Amino acid sequence: MARSRTASPERPARKTITLPASVGVNVPRKDGRDKVTGAALYLDDLRVPGVLHGRTVRSTVANARIVSVTLDPAFDWTGMTVVDHRDIPGENCVAVIERDQPMLASTHVRHVDEPILLLAHEDAERVEAAVSAVKIEYEPLTPALNLEESLEKKALVRGDDNVFKTIRIERGDLDEAFVRSDRVIEGEYWCGHQEQLYIENNAMLAERTKDGGIHIRGSMQCPYYVHGALQVLLNLPPEKVRIEQTVTGGGFGGKEDYPSVIGGHAALLAWKSGRPVKIVYDRLEDLAATTKRHPARVRIKTGVMNDGTLVALDADVVMDGGAYLTLTPVVLSRGAIHAGGCYRWDAARIFARAVATNTPPNGAFRGFGAPQTLFAIESHMDRIAAELGMDPLALRRKNAVKLGDVTPTGQVLKESVGSHEVLERTAKRAKYAEKRARYERENAAAEAAERAGKGAKDGRRLRRGIGMALAMHGAGFTGSGESKLNSLAALDLTPDGRPCVRISNTEIGQGTNTVFGQIVGEVLGIPHEQVLVHVPDTDHVPDSGPTVASRTLMVVGGLIEKCAKKMKEKLELFAEHPIEGGADFARIAKRWLKERGPLRVEQRYQKPTGIEWDDDTYQGDAYGVFAYAAIAVEVEVDLDTAETKLLHVTTAQDIGRAIHPVLCAGQIEGGTLQGLGWALMEEVRHKDGKVWNHQLTNYIIPTSADAPPIDVEIVEIPYSNGPWGAKGVGELPMDVPAPAVIAAIAHATGCRLDEIPATPERLMRALQRRGA
Amino acid sequence: MSQLVRIRFTLNGRPQSVKVPPMKRLLDVLREDCRMTGTKEGCGEGECGACTVLIAGDPVNSCLVPAVHAEGAKITTVEGLAKNGKLSALQTAFIELGGAQCGMCTPGMLVTSAALLARTKGRVPGDAEVRDALSGTLCRCTGYQKIVEAVQAAAAPAPAKKKAAAVAKKAKPVAKKKVVAKKKVVAKKKAVAQKKAAASRAGRRPGASKQARRPAASQRRGRR
Ligand code: FES
Ligand code: FES
Repeated sequence: MARSRTASPERPARKTITLPASVGVNVPRKDGRDKVTGAALYLDDLRVPGVLHGRTVRSTVANARIVSVTLDPAFDWTGMTVVDHRDIPGENCVAVIERDQPMLASTHVRHVDEPILLLAHEDAERVEAAVSAVKIEYEPLTPALNLEESLEKKALVRGDDNVFKTIRIERGDLDEAFVRSDRVIEGEYWCGHQEQLYIENNAMLAERTKDGGIHIRGSMQCPYYVHGALQVLLNLPPEKVRIEQTVTGGGFGGKEDYPSVIGGHAALLAWKSGRPVKIVYDRLEDLAATTKRHPARVRIKTGVMNDGTLVALDADVVMDGGAYLTLTPVVLSRGAIHAGGCYRWDAARIFARAVATNTPPNGAFRGFGAPQTLFAIESHMDRIAAELGMDPLALRRKNAVKLGDVTPTGQVLKESVGSHEVLERTAKRAKYAEKRARYERENAAAEAAERAGKGAKDGRRLRRGIGMALAMHGAGFTGSGESKLNSLAALDLTPDGRPCVRISNTEIGQGTNTVFGQIVGEVLGIPHEQVLVHVPDTDHVPDSGPTVASRTLMVVGGLIEKCAKKMKEKLELFAEHPIEGGADFARIAKRWLKERGPLRVEQRYQKPTGIEWDDDTYQGDAYGVFAYAAIAVEVEVDLDTAETKLLHVTTAQDIGRAIHPVLCAGQIEGGTLQGLGWALMEEVRHKDGKVWNHQLTNYIIPTSADAPPIDVEIVEIPYSNGPWGAKGVGELPMDVPAPAVIAAIAHATGCRLDEIPATPERLMRALQRRGA
Repeated sequence: MSQLVRIRFTLNGRPQSVKVPPMKRLLDVLREDCRMTGTKEGCGEGECGACTVLIAGDPVNSCLVPAVHAEGAKITTVEGLAKNGKLSALQTAFIELGGAQCGMCTPGMLVTSAALLARTKGRVPGDAEVRDALSGTLCRCTGYQKIVEAVQAAAAPAPAKKKAAAVAKKAKPVAKKKVVAKKKVVAKKKAVAQKKAAASRAGRRPGASKQARRPAASQRRGRR
C-alpha cells in the first residue's frame, strides 16, 4: 500500500490542512481484541433463557394464488407457535420506501421463497421438521422470470406495465451531437445477480418488553430502518420499539433492508408466543431468499470523433428489481447518474427503468446500481478504443473529467477531482504500457509457436492480458437524500468522564468505531482509546441515518467532529484552560458532571452551501463530491479450458483523506475482490424462479488462492466538507474491477465478452464462436 | 431423541466431558455444550471454514465432524490461542495489520494460520504458501491481502515488528518449493472419500487445497 497526498490544486495555498496526530494514523481497531479472541458476541452466540427457534415456511412457486394452507394433522404440533398473516397486529407489509411487500403472503405469492407462515419451537429440530408438515396448495399463474419477460409483460407483476421507476437525465442537444460525430459506436452489456455473501448469515432475536413493546437484537446495518418497519407491522408508537445491533459479521448492503423482514418475522413469533424468539438463517435459506445485486441490461450508443473525443451518449438502462420495490428506485437512481462514467460528454441522454419480475426482491449491494452501469460504460470505452485503434488508456486520458467539467446531471465538478491522478498513478504503478506491449509480443510468439507445432511443453495454450478501468463514485446519499435524512449525531459524557459517541451508524467490519474514536480523540486532544462508541440501540442513540452509501465517515464523521468541537469549547470555557491530554480531560469532565450535571452535545446535518438538486428534472448536484478509482488487472487465460487466472491487480483510489490508512486499504482490497468475483465466477442461477445454486458449493466466491495480490495506492485530494478532507471509500472499489477483467481478457484473447461473469463456460462459447 | 453418549476430549488444554447425541456436530458441541462460541458457522457444509478448529494440530471443519470423532482428541479453538490473557503474535498481527474486519472468518483464519506457523517453525512462509494454506477459509471482507501480510509478520522472529510488506518481499523466493512437498504429504494422509468433493470444485477453484483437510461428505449427518 502506498499513499500520496496531493494538495488540492484548485484550493488556494493559505488553506493548508494541518495533519493532526491520531487522524491518519493506523491505531489498533477498537473491536480487534474481541474479534481475535473469540469473545465478540454475534447474534447466534447470545444465550437467551427460554428462547424459541423460529423458521419460515416459504412458497415453492414463482407466481400463484394461494388456495389453502394446511397443518398436517399427523404431525405433533404441541408447543409450536404458528403465525400467519392474520396474526399481524398492524399493517401486513415490510415498510421501506413503499409498503407493497407483505410481511407474510396472504392470497398471492409473487416469487419463490416468499414467506407465508412462521413457526417457532423450543426444539430447533422439531421446528425444522414442522416446516415440511405445512401443506400449501397453489393455483399457479404464468410468471415473468427475468427483465426481458417483464418488459414483454409476460405476466403483470406491478401495475399495468411492470415498471417500478423511470428516470430520464438529459443534457445538451443529442441529435446535433450525433450528427457532428465522426462515428457512432454501439454496445449492449449484461450483468447478473450477485449475492453479498457476508459470512454471518442474517440473524435476529425478538422479545416482548414489560411495557408492551418489542426489543429486537441482531445483525444489521440500519437500526432505524428496522425501527420504522416494526412500528408499522406491530402498530406500536416509536418509543415501544427498541432495535439494538449485535456484532455484525459483514453486510455489504445485504443487511440494509432485509433485517426488517427477518426482524419482523421474529417479532411476530415473539408477539404471539410471549417468548423470546431467535431466527438464524442457514446458508441455504440466506442465499435463496435474501436480496441480491440487481441484474441489468445496458444499451449504449455513443458518438465519437476520430481522434477519440467523446461527443454524445445515449444510454438505455434496465434493472430487474424482483417482485417488490424495496430500495429499487434509489438503486436505479445511482445507476442512472453513474451511467456516463467518469467522462465529459457534450450531450447525454440516460433513460433508466427498473422493472418487476417474479423473483426474490433485489436490494442493496455495495455500489448500489453504479457497478452495473459503470461496467457497461467502461466496457464500452474499451470497445471504442478497439474500434478507433487507440490505446484504452489514451482514450481515457483524453476524456476523463477535470476540475470544472460538467456531468450529465449538470453538476459542475468544483473540487477534489482525482480522475487523472488515479489513472496516471495506476498506469505507472502497474507498468501498464510496458506490460501491454510485452503481453502482446508474448501472445503473438506463443501463437506462432503453436502454429509451428512448437507450443509450450505442457501443451497448454496460455495468453496474458492487461486491462484498465476508471470510475467516479458519488459519496453520500443521492440528490436531496442527505437533507431529507436530517441526521442527528450526539456526543455525551459517561458518569466516569469519558466521551461517548452516540450514532446509529453501525460497525459491520469496516472499522467505523475505531475511526470515530480517532476523530473525537483528535479534536479533544485525548487518546482515541478513551473515547467510547455506544452500541447502536434506538433507545440510546439518535437517528444519524443508515450505514450505507459510503456516508458514515464523510457525513456522520463530520457531524461528530462538530460535536467534539462543541464539547471541547464547553469544557475549556468551564475549566478556564485548554484541555491538556487524557487525564486532564477526565478531571475536567468529572468536575463538570459533579457541578453541572450531564453533558450532551448534538449536531444535525446541514446541507453544505452551493449544492442544489431538482428531483423532478434530475438536474443539479447529485452528490456533494465524487471519489475516484482506477484499476489495472492482469489475467492469464487458458485457451483450452477458458479458465481465467488473476495474476495481479493495481489500483489507485482518491478518497480525499485516509483517516486510518490500513482500514481504508482494507476496504479497497475487500471491495476489489468482490468486484473480481462478480466479474469471473459469481453467478446466481435460477430455475423456474428459484435460486438453484443456493449453496457455497455452487455459488462460488474467491478463496485466498483465487485472489491475486492487490497493490493499493491511496490518493488524497481533500474535500472541503469532509472531516480532514475525507470522502467515502466503502463502495468505490466495487466499481472498477469487472470492466477491467473483461478488458484484460479481451487483450489476452481478442475475445470481448459483453456479459459477466466471465465463467469458463461463457468464455469458451465466445472463444469457439470466433474459432480460437 | 437419540441416545446420549459421553465424550471426553481436551479443549484448549483442559479436559472436557460432555453427554451428547453421537452424531451431533462438533461445532455445536463446542458452541452449545462447552459454551465456546468463538468458533463460527458460515455454511454448515464444509465450504467456508468459519468453523475450523485444530484437532491434533490439524485444521478441521468442525461442522463436518460428528461428536463421536472427538473422543480422546486434542482440540484447539480460537479461545485457546491467547495464553493467560496475552495475545499470540498472530493475534496481535491480525489486529495491527488489518487481518480482521467483520471478524466472522477470523477464528477459522487464526487457527488455520497457527497450524501453518507451527509447521513452518519460524520460517516466514511465502505469499503463495500462505494463500494455499488459507484457501479453505473464506473471507468476504478483506480480499485476503492483509490476512496474508499478518500471517507473514507473525512468522518473523519474535521482537521484529517489521512492516508486513517488507517481510513478504523477502520471504517469497524461499518458500515456493516446500509448498509442493507439504501438499503431497497432506494429500496422501487423507481418505479417498474426499476426492469426489475435491473434483467437483477443483475445476473452478484452482489451488483450493482445503479438501485435503476436509472430512468426508458422508460425515455430514450431524447437521441440524
Ligand atoms: S460452517 Fe462452513 S465449513 Fe463449517
Ligand atoms: S473479516 Fe469478515 S469475513 Fe473475513
